[in-house]
Amino acid sequence: MFYIIGGVAVLSALIMVTNKKPVTAAMNLIVTMLCLAGLYVILDAHLIAALQIIVYAGAIMVLFLFVIMLLNIQEKEGRLSGHKIFLQFAWIMLVGYIFISMVKLIGGGSLPARTEESINGFGTTKAVGEILFTDFLLPFEIASILLLAAMVGAVILAKAKVD
Amino acid sequence: MVPLNHYLILSAILFTIGAVGVFTRRNALIIYMCIELMLNAVNLTFIAFSKFLNNMDGHIFTFMIMTVAAAEAAVGLAIILAIFRNRETVNVDDINLMKG
Repeated sequence: MFYIIGGVAVLSALIMVTNKKPVTAAMNLIVTMLCLAGLYVILDAHLIAALQIIVYAGAIMVLFLFVIMLLNIQEKEGRLSGHKIFLQFAWIMLVGYIFISMVKLIGGGSLPARTEESINGFGTTKAVGEILFTDFLLPFEIASILLLAAMVGAVILAKAKVD
Repeated sequence: MVPLNHYLILSAILFTIGAVGVFTRRNALIIYMCIELMLNAVNLTFIAFSKFLNNMDGHIFTFMIMTVAAAEAAVGLAIILAIFRNRETVNVDDINLMKG
């Protein structure tokens, strides 16, 4: 099951990066996010899986689609000059190097094997909430302030000028 | 049960695809989507480690990353909207006002 979901996730991510149209890219990103939600369910992270679907596949992608349709972009990504292509190639080489070092790191380290028995109620809303409102109360409150600031900032930035 | 390396490799692949997209694409919207993809790859790592170490702190980290991603998407898209209103483009090569 993991390999099917992982394969679909990688495939739709590749389509997202290579496709010309922003709407197709957004749809493929939604597929990737749903696949990741499936992986979270496999990993017993039920609350996070639900949040992934609601927040990412729901809210954030709807926002993306709204903006794509609002902008109604017609322009094509034209051919790049030789200098730019070389620069992009160099970036891709760098990213490839980072990827290879990541894989080496994963292969070389001594990773924890799966523990025999999960703690009671692992990944449920109750268990996550208990941690969130005791050990991580301050980050939770700061996150709420961050969201408020982002909301005000987005409204001010996107507001049409009314002089 | 799938071993932890496979989750980490999948996460690395997704992160790399996102990074390649950020470096090669010129449409600001698609660059934003690639950034979201990279954040999601990191989330997968957190959740996988959380499961295999039997410690739920990773879930909280993922929760916070989602919060920040939502805030970032809202503000970022507002900025793109404002740029498009002024410049009629979302191509990042044409947005070079700060370039010396």
